[in-house]
Amino acid sequence: MNTEPESSSHRAKAEASALEIKDLTFRWNPHYSTLAFPDLSLPQGEHLFLHGPSGTGKSTLLSLLAGMLPPATGSIRLLGSDIRQLSAGKRDRFRADHIGVIFQQFNLVPYLTAEANVTLPCRLSLRRRGAMDGTPTLAAQRLLTTLAIPESHWQRKVTQLSIGQQQRIAAARALIGAPEIILADEPTSALDSDNRDRFIALLLAMAEERNTSVLFVSHDRTLAQHFHHQIQLGQVPE
Amino acid sequence: MKARLACSLAAASLWHRRKVLALVCLTLTLSVTLLLGIQYLRTEVKQSFTSTISDTDLIIGARSGQLNLLLYTVFHIGDATNNIRWSTFQDLKQDSRIDWLVPISLGDSYKGFRVVGTDGNFGKHFRFGRGQALKLAGGQWFNGVFDVVLGAGVAEKLNHALDDKITLSHGGGRTSFSNHTNTPFTVTGILEATGTPVDQAVYISLQGMEAIHVGWESGVAIPGRTLTPEQAQGRDFTPSAITAVFAGLDRKILTFRVQRDINQHTGEPLSAILPGVALSELWRLMSQFERALLGITGFVVITSLIGLIAVLLTLQTQRAHEIAILRATGASPTLIASLYVIECLALAVVACLTSLTLSAAAISMLSPWLLTHYGIQIQLRPLYFPEWGLLASVPLAAMLVGLVPAFSAWRKSRSQGFDSLGES
Repeated sequence: MNTEPESSSHRAKAEASALEIKDLTFRWNPHYSTLAFPDLSLPQGEHLFLHGPSGTGKSTLLSLLAGMLPPATGSIRLLGSDIRQLSAGKRDRFRADHIGVIFQQFNLVPYLTAEANVTLPCRLSLRRRGAMDGTPTLAAQRLLTTLAIPESHWQRKVTQLSIGQQQRIAAARALIGAPEIILADEPTSALDSDNRDRFIALLLAMAEERNTSVLFVSHDRTLAQHFHHQIQLGQVPE
Repeated sequence: MKARLACSLAAASLWHRRKVLALVCLTLTLSVTLLLGIQYLRTEVKQSFTSTISDTDLIIGARSGQLNLLLYTVFHIGDATNNIRWSTFQDLKQDSRIDWLVPISLGDSYKGFRVVGTDGNFGKHFRFGRGQALKLAGGQWFNGVFDVVLGAGVAEKLNHALDDKITLSHGGGRTSFSNHTNTPFTVTGILEATGTPVDQAVYISLQGMEAIHVGWESGVAIPGRTLTPEQAQGRDFTPSAITAVFAGLDRKILTFRVQRDINQHTGEPLSAILPGVALSELWRLMSQFERALLGITGFVVITSLIGLIAVLLTLQTQRAHEIAILRATGASPTLIASLYVIECLALAVVACLTSLTLSAAAISMLSPWLLTHYGIQIQLRPLYFPEWGLLASVPLAAMLVGLVPAFSAWRKSRSQGFDSLGES
């Protein structure tokens, strides 16, 4: 049902940029050097691959985009709104409503079941809860099925699952409720190459179904082929 | 919705860490049980103590201070300053405002236990606790001159049964060299345990008391002048003096007037005291100690709460990932902080409930044993307001304590980025 692009309200936003950053800099504190980021603009529904060696601020950029760290200068517009203008509480809500996240590892809340981890965003955001047909549990089960997590694992503690399964569950959590943006921070670095390509293909296909933009960070340049755009970080002088 | 999410997350997290937290909860439970138990015992023991004697409106004795009179008549501690003449007792009997009188005659002992000479009114009118009457566990009250009724503690300690023959000693003290060997008494009754000094005494009739002292006028037995039980038959043993009198009035409202009249008695100097007032005064002497005890227990609870913070702060380092995930998924720092507060609160509530159950079970199991072996009367009862207050203060304190890790989590999670989920 979600495959039909005309049916959803996302269509209206497709014209707008999913994200747009300008003159963005960040410093941890006055003793550190300033990190500067290239200007970016990503149309809604398209995917961007960010690569660069460690220390070039890949994770920091994602934190800035998620509104979890404040930039030193510059502007960040997500889905047309300037998140620097939002209060801390509104930024948290914006993140809950519009952004899915996948980390490198330790992605899941250890004391929740696989299913409860997937439905977590729906419990934090009314918007994402409302963006699905059926209950969050049903939506989670559908996602888990698509991501090939066997049904016997749904009610298990996530610590008993393999890394690959954990990453796929994290992907399901990021996808549930069809957020406009998914931020993925080297989610495949702990996977072997077969799993890695399968994971990316599946994530991007499911994101496309939902018209979700994926911003994918990795130091592994071979993954770039899957994405519409790619950008190299760490070339901008300080 | 957020509150429900916070509660369910906190519950899942507590369950996840149940092994470590169970230990913390156990220490908290034990300290709360101690606190609650001490407070409960405090009021119970006070209740039991101040109702050592009840329904007796006045205790009348020779002129002395009220504590002294109370101590020797009720607690059998110390000695009377003087006796009351038998004629004075007869005068009191004539007073129409007085409903009943129980004469008390002290001075002898049985293996360290006081001998109380009295009459049938003692069994009829003496009340303790919440107006409970004395009950015989076996046998009957004294009929004959040489019959004796034992308090529960005496019978238990000395292993006496009905129909045992016992020899009373002259004067107080555990080892007396002058015994009333010629006049043995027969145990005709044994009282049920009361948890009062009644358990630690033996009861004989005033006539019996008089009979064993024939020939003892000089303080020691003069050979040939003492009586044998056979000689005692048919003789009149009206005493010339008694030690004290318990009195009950028709109308309680007259208590103070009767007390004043007795204190101004013209025949001989008398003192009348209100036992309740005297008992409260006596209890006040001990209140310093019991307050100190409660204070110490309070510190025990505080110590275990500090232990709780220590454990929670240690766990916090393990929780960095989980907090970062929740933050990235859109949870506010307040939600993160509330997890800690809710967890502390839940632990404290569990500890309180467990300790309530534990205390109730302990009291209901131990109370019969305490009564029979130690004469301490403790009953299971609903908690009083101060006890609920004390109990409620534990979760409140735990919540305050929970604010420590909560605040540090709140502060950290405000400036937490994706990096904290790096390779660590």
